[in-house]
Order: sequence, then structure tokens, then C-alpha cells
Amino acid sequence: MEQLRLIKVGRVLDKEYDVVVVGGGPGGSSTAKTLADKGLRVALFEKRPSIGSEKRCAEGLSIGSIKIIEDIFGKVPKKCFARMINGAIVYAPNGKNVLVDFGKDAGAIMERKIFDKWLAMQASKAGAYVQSKTEVYDVIKEGNSVRGVMINFEGKKYEIRSKVVVAADGVESTVARKAGLNTTNKLINIDSGYQYEMSNLKLKDSKKIEIFMGNEIAPRGYVWIFPKGKDVANVGIGIAMSKKPARYYLDKFIEENPKIFSESSIIEVNSGGIPVGGFLENMVMDGLVVVGDAAHQVNPIHGGGMKEATIAGNIAGEVIYRAIKKNNMSILKKYNKLWWKERGKHLRKVERLREVVEKLSDDELNKLADVLKGEDLIEFSRGERLLKLGKILIKNPDLIQLAKKLM
Amino acid sequence: MGWTIDREKCLKCGACVSVCPFLALELKDDGIKIDRNKCTLCGICEKVCPVGAIKVNKGGKSAR
Ligand SMILES: Cc1cc2nc3c(=O)[nH]c(=O)nc-3n(C[C@H](O)[C@H](O)[C@H](O)COP(=O)(O)OP(=O)(O)OC[C@H]3O[C@@H](n4cnc5c(N)ncnc54)[C@H](O)[C@@H]3O)c2cc1C
Ligand code: SF4
Ligand code: SF4
Repeated sequence: MEQLRLIKVGRVLDKEYDVVVVGGGPGGSSTAKTLADKGLRVALFEKRPSIGSEKRCAEGLSIGSIKIIEDIFGKVPKKCFARMINGAIVYAPNGKNVLVDFGKDAGAIMERKIFDKWLAMQASKAGAYVQSKTEVYDVIKEGNSVRGVMINFEGKKYEIRSKVVVAADGVESTVARKAGLNTTNKLINIDSGYQYEMSNLKLKDSKKIEIFMGNEIAPRGYVWIFPKGKDVANVGIGIAMSKKPARYYLDKFIEENPKIFSESSIIEVNSGGIPVGGFLENMVMDGLVVVGDAAHQVNPIHGGGMKEATIAGNIAGEVIYRAIKKNNMSILKKYNKLWWKERGKHLRKVERLREVVEKLSDDELNKLADVLKGEDLIEFSRGERLLKLGKILIKNPDLIQLAKKLM
Repeated sequence: MGWTIDREKCLKCGACVSVCPFLALELKDDGIKIDRNKCTLCGICEKVCPVGAIKVNKGGKSAR
């Protein structure tokens, strides 16, 4: 078989693989690792020079999500964690706060520029060819089938053929669209995210994340403080369909809270789009599977997508393996079915809940904070046990409408 | 005129790319690239940009 060398040392790049994975985020690495573990020949291309940076993420993961990721990748080393978190403080628009204290580690703020690299290294260790600074600028099509990709490495263009292409190219999602599968998300389903990594903060409790709600603070969204150290944190905002850009609201929030920010410095600036709905019934073509943000697989309430991308990549890997072994591309369709069964049904429910929550007035949010306890709020944000929450809310005359929607 | 971007403000995050119905935008090494033949000046990308780097002037001629 013909081979290429992008650089003089290291692995040789073949001109043909079983699977080409586009994107070096959690979704791409999870797919590549799953496939390489099964002995398939996989190449993963990431267009940015460094996998994992600049981050477009607040880096939060629950302990449950970390366990799921470890089932696929093995034990995550300490260097990937910035700080363990044991709870949350959620602020209603009127400033009243609800404390969630788990009394033990319940989540972590990661260091994604280390974490994402580690994930990609595990894919490479399993046997995948991983190459950064290599853009997939087009797909190769024969009739309606995808048969590989065109890559650009330092201005040189190469054709890489494969039985299946995995579009794990994040929110941009151009690979699937170029192949002819429309993954364009609606404006209403994309949050604008903006964030500073800040130092020298005066945090109330650096083991707890802080969430600030309110239509003045963050229209249809929230401001977050995710601590990465005693006085360091990701301070960010996610909002949708607002008159002013996300940056305006975050800067305003920082200005209005000198107690936290008066001595702070900005270490890094991040922005990004967060898909918060618009799940796709079909994420498959002959020779193409879409994974992660590219397929809008994110929790519509809290915007977390690392776990979702990892799970979807694993499902995709299993299905692609079967399709290739049986030499039957129609098996790829099973990815739709399995993803909807394992994740889609639940996330669709959370999306409906988001549609209810985003219409709440500040008054209603304040009342919600009065009625709900910390644990209830966590379940609420995950879209779990809504019936139970509905039963609590229905006792309050002002929240009956909301309660009915939950039940 | 038409579609403009403030490259000093742009953080190369790709949010605009994700919502363009016409695949007129792509995120390259050196920032956002627009295909002015595809852009219809619909203005959706302007609304999603977290830093307000894109301006779409619908009254303007075409994006060309
Ligand atoms: C402000 C913000 C805060 C967030 N906070 C959290 C949080 O706290 N917790 C959480 O779990 N999630 C969070 N998310 C979401 C999370 O970052 C994503 O859901 C997650 O990274 C998705 O993984 P992915 O592998 O699908 O895509 P990505 O991680 O985006 O990876 C896609 C990769 O593909 C590359 N790529 C794109 N096009 C090409 C191409 N043509 N050729 C080669 N490579 C290409 C990109 O450069 C990128 O590296 C947040 C997102 C934002 C914007
Ligand atoms: S104005 Fe509309 S068509 Fe033009 S780049 Fe923006 S989203 Fe695409
Ligand atoms: S959304 Fe704004 S900041 Fe992000 S890439 Fe597009 S123009 Fe740049």
C-alpha cells in the first residue's frame, strides 16, 4: 500500500484507513480509541496546532461523567484535574442563594489543554494515527457515499481514503454539511458562550461552583464561576438570542461584583457556541457518522458536552466496527437508534425543560429558589425526577403552570 | 459594506460557522473565511457571535 510521511520521523501515514476521524476533541478521541482497541486502522486529524487549546469550555465534569469517561479511556491521571468540587451555590435574580453541599467530591474542573491531549494520547496508544495541524478541508464522495477525506498539512494536500469518516469536528460541523448531511443548527438552539479564566479572585468557597441566574444578568442563560484553584476560576456566561453580545453581559456582571473581582486579572479569554438542542433524527450517511457537538449532543440545560461526545463516540465506534466487519454500511444506521435510546430520549426531555425554564420571569426564578432545596436544583438541571419536582412546585400557587409542565 | 468582521475582536471560536445556513463561513488557521458567493446577508451569524465581531448590513449591496 502506498504511504506518505508528513514529517520525517514518527509514524507513516497510509493513503487508506478503515476509518478517518475528524476532530481531536473528546468525541473524536473516544471514537478513535474505541475503534483502535478493536484492531481497526484509524487516523484522526485535528486542524489546530495543539489538541485541547484554546479551550472553548468551562471544564466542569461531574463524578458520574468522569466515571463514564474512565470506562472508555481508563483512569484519568491527576494532571488532567484542576480542582475537585464538592457542591454549588446557585443565585436567584434577587441575590438569594441556594446552597448545594455534597460534603464530598462531586465533580471536578478539568484542565482541558491537558485532558484533551491525554484523551488523544490514549487513542494513539491504542493504535490510532493522530495528527494535529492537519485540516480536513473536504470529503471524497462517490455518488452518495463518502469514501474518504482531503487533508491539508502545511499547504500540501493529500487524499486519504476510508470506509467510514467520522465527523467529530465540533460546533462548526462543516464536514457533515460538505458531505451533504445538513447539521446546521438553528439560532435558537445555539448559546453564545464567553469566558475569562481569571486569577486573584475572592471566591466565596473555592470548592463550589457558583451559578448566577436572571434575565438582566444572563438572558436565557446563566453566569458561572468554576474554580480551578483557591483564587483562580473560569468565569463565563452562556446566553441566547439576546440583543447584545455575550461579552457585554459578562463584563457588566464583573463590573457589578467588585467584591469578587476588584483585584482580579484575566489570564485567558475564551468564546464559543454551545448547542443546547436541535437533536438530529439522522446522524448517518453511507460512509459518514456525526459525533459530539457536530451532532448537537449537549445537555440543553447546563450545556455540558464532554460526557455526551465521549458516549456518542463510543457508540459510533461499536457500530462502525460491526459495519466494517460485516462489510455492510447499512448497519451504520444503528448509530441513530442506539444513540437515541441511550442519550437522545433523555436529552430531548431536558430540551423541553429548557424551553420551559427559559420563559421564566425573574419573579418566577426567585420563587423557584424559595421552594427548591439544593438537591432538587441539581436534579432539575439534569432533567431528572421531574415528577417529584413538579409535586413540590404545584403546592405554590405562582408555580402551578411550571409544575404542570414538569408533570 | 455587506458582511464585515473585526479581526481584532474575533476569537476564532466557530460559533458563527455553526449557524450559517449556507455554509458560507469556515474557520481557518488565520480566522474566519467567508465565501461571498454563498453569503445571502441573512444576518444570523451576527446574532450568535459572543464578542460582536461580525456586522451584517442588509441594506448593503451583496457581500461582495
Ligand atoms: C463557553 C463554553 C463552556 C462550556 N462548558 C462546558 C463544561 O463545563 N462542561 C462540559 O462538559 N462541556 C462544556 N462545554 C461544551 C464542550 O466544550 C463541548 O461539548 C465538547 O468539547 C464537545 O466535544 P467534541 O469532541 O464534540 O468537539 P470539540 O471538543 O469542539 O472538538 C472538535 C475539534 O475538531 C476540530 N476541527 C474542526 N473542524 C475540523 C476540520 N475540518 N479538520 C480537522 N479538525 C477540525 C476542532 O479544532 C476541535 O478541536 C462548553 C462549551 C462552551 C463553548
Ligand atoms: S450573513 Fe447569513 S449567509 Fe452570510 S455568513 Fe452570516 S449566516 Fe451566513
Ligand atoms: S463567532 Fe465571532 S468570535 Fe467566534 S469565530 Fe465567529 S466572528 Fe470570530
